[in-house]
Amino acid sequence: MIKIIKKEKLAEGVTRLVLNAPLIAQKAMAGQFVILRPTEKGERIPLTIADYHRERGELTVIYQTVGRTTAELDTLGEGDSILNVAGPLGKASELEGMKKVAVIGGGLGCAIAYPQAKALHEKGADVDMIAGFRSRELIILEDEMRACAKLTIMTDDGSYGQKGLVTDALKEKILRGVSYDTVIAIGPPIMMKYVSLLTKEYGIRTIVSMNPIMIDGTGMCGGCRLTVDGKTKFACVDGPDFDGHLVDFDELMRRNATYRSDEQEQMKRFHECNLFKGIRQGEV
Amino acid sequence: MANMQKNKTPMREQLPEVRNKNWEEVACGYTPEEAMNEAARCLGCKDPLCRKGCPVSVRIPEFLSLVTKGEFAEAYRVIRSTNSLPAISGRVCPQETQCEGKCVRGLKGEPVAIGRLERFCADYAMAEGEASTCSGSCTSCTGCTASSDKIKVAVVGSGPAGLSCAGDLAARGYAVTVFEALHKAGGVLVYGIPEFRLPKDIVAKEIRSLEDQGVEIQTDMVIGKILSVDELFTLGYQAVFIASGAGLPKFMGIEGENANGVYSANEFLTRINLMKAYREDYGTPIRKGKAVAVVGGGNVAMDAARSAKRLGAEHVYIIYRRGEKEMPARREEIHHAKEEGIEFLLLTNPTKINTDETGNVSSITCIRMALGEPDASGRRSPIAVEGSEYDLTVDTVIIAMGTAPNPLIRMTTPGLETDKRGCFVTSDGTTTTREGVFAGGDAVTGAATVILAMGAGRDAAEKIDQYIKSKQ
Ligand SMILES: Cc1cc2nc3c(=O)[nH]c(=O)nc-3n(C[C@H](O)[C@H](O)[C@H](O)COP(=O)(O)OP(=O)(O)OC[C@H]3O[C@@H](n4cnc5c(N)ncnc54)[C@H](O)[C@@H]3O)c2cc1C
Ligand code: FES
Repeated sequence: MIKIIKKEKLAEGVTRLVLNAPLIAQKAMAGQFVILRPTEKGERIPLTIADYHRERGELTVIYQTVGRTTAELDTLGEGDSILNVAGPLGKASELEGMKKVAVIGGGLGCAIAYPQAKALHEKGADVDMIAGFRSRELIILEDEMRACAKLTIMTDDGSYGQKGLVTDALKEKILRGVSYDTVIAIGPPIMMKYVSLLTKEYGIRTIVSMNPIMIDGTGMCGGCRLTVDGKTKFACVDGPDFDGHLVDFDELMRRNATYRSDEQEQMKRFHECNLFKGIRQGEV
Repeated sequence: MANMQKNKTPMREQLPEVRNKNWEEVACGYTPEEAMNEAARCLGCKDPLCRKGCPVSVRIPEFLSLVTKGEFAEAYRVIRSTNSLPAISGRVCPQETQCEGKCVRGLKGEPVAIGRLERFCADYAMAEGEASTCSGSCTSCTGCTASSDKIKVAVVGSGPAGLSCAGDLAARGYAVTVFEALHKAGGVLVYGIPEFRLPKDIVAKEIRSLEDQGVEIQTDMVIGKILSVDELFTLGYQAVFIASGAGLPKFMGIEGENANGVYSANEFLTRINLMKAYREDYGTPIRKGKAVAVVGGGNVAMDAARSAKRLGAEHVYIIYRRGEKEMPARREEIHHAKEEGIEFLLLTNPTKINTDETGNVSSITCIRMALGEPDASGRRSPIAVEGSEYDLTVDTVIIAMGTAPNPLIRMTTPGLETDKRGCFVTSDGTTTTREGVFAGGDAVTGAATVILAMGAGRDAAEKIDQYIKSKQ
């Protein structure tokens, strides 16, 4: 059981949890993740470690309420406990030797991209951060990102920052003559795919963070497998970071859609069942 | 005078067409009368071969004679003195190649149903509340009271190897902590073997009695990540037993293997057994295929096939490249699978998985095989029959081609050697290349059996005890 110390809404449907997890906090590194199961009947879901504080024994995760398990997680509040949290899992990001880096975050991906930008900044790298959101209300971590990088915000609808995609901003910078040794892209697979296609054109090394379906997170099920450079890799142990120029994104997107209709069904059931619970308890 | 009835006393089972739609246990167990009748078939051989066939040397004729007399609790104690998980091994051991394979009654008729009787005694003791993990065979037992001056030993992994080692060490007076990566203890017993073959409350009871005995189990602890083996020593553990199993699934490397609807048996079975995907009240999704191909011929393949049937598949095929005789699965599982309507495509090998335009499995291309000369393992090796490919329409494929040990611990423990299959190298079956580190079960042998893993756990407890005493 891991206790929730702090719960904070970052944007509509996006929440930050600070957990009391001293053992995990002791070992956590940027780029790693935990697998958690909020309640007995919930799924095991991977969440990237968004921050940690070793002395205080705190671990931060950020999630978006998208399916039944995140909805269940969302019913827990400060002082409540999450049934199971295992980690830190996966390999830590290798950030050594980078000097001029573009860190690109898409939506919730910013929660994962931000600690990398912060770690790079602390190591003395010059960091440009490009953060993309659908619109103004969905923006998260703006102040935090601005504190460690030159920040460009892109919105699909132009309601904040510049209107356009993250790839537009990246291309503009490259064309202006900014010379990056590395690009780190974290967000929806489709975004990572297009960033990787662009950087390939310019021969810039690109690291992406993969988010496939997972169960155990220890290499036992193979559910998280993806194709990298023609070879099968397990994202939970071989990753989650991979060379963006070698990942088969189309396969990843197909595999991630495996349970989409199931997931909608489960959400419906979850809401109905919570509704009934509410009625029974006379809360509605 | 022994009961000379030729065949085993039948055990009641759920009817195939009923049970292939539910998850309850297939075999219902013996009544006391049936058990006494069956046990009386034992001839009480002077030099019992059955016992030699048992990896943990259960004193079989002795317990059978007690069952004949209706002294079930005493019979249980005899079994329990060398076998720490009898309710489990009675259900899942390959008796036909072990004890029952050696039984002289098998020469003319069927051997004595030793496995069923072992199960009977264990279930009886559990029901009567007499089950205990204290084997009574140890001499140094300090009782089960926790005391701070006990010597600490760490066990990594909570499958049968880890559990039996933990139980034996606790009985020898050590303070044992078991570290398990998953959220539930039991290893393959909880995530792999389905409910209808091994009810999970039986596993839970065995684990609870270990905890009552003072064994501490910490779940969600992935050793190699949250703590390394070296850090366990820093934390004061005097020895470490690694029983991390062989959980890494092998794939075939054929085209289409990453298509939607292709599972490793581990993933499919974990979703069902550990994550209860078959229950509406659990959130775990699973594909409920209409036509399912399971590739492989072992227990894992049978379990996956029979689970797919229970999820509602109309057709479930077992695709196996050799013949039925060569199948490594327990005979009873093959028999049960057939009864439940699983279709066997023997001497058949998949060459390609085909998909529709959305990336979902649409069919599997197979090639027919013929048996050639016996290979190193003594099994006749299959050879592809040229030009015999055909497509089988399926929407789900489950790969049950075996597993290898997980490399996590090897990669994070300097000086701990493994062979080229990834199995820990030991000098005597349990002592590894690192001082104070012992290993056993599937992590040493590669995927094997519950009883061998349990036996390895017992051996390790003995070795660890000797090692710690030698250092004092
Ligand atoms: C589906 C299936 C059906 C089977 N049917 C039979 C049968 O009928 N009869 C039979 O005799 N055998 C059967 N077997 C084989 C049998 O289950 C295994 O041989 C046996 O469980 C091995 O025991 P073990 O303790 O070595 O490992 P496991 O049972 O695999 O347990 C290992 C445990 O270690 C944990 N672990 C791994 N790495 C770490 C780590 N780094 N840190 C912490 N914990 C870790 C794992 O999560 C797991 O819980 C079957 C296997 C499967 C998969
Ligand atoms: S999540 Fe199971 S192998 Fe990666």
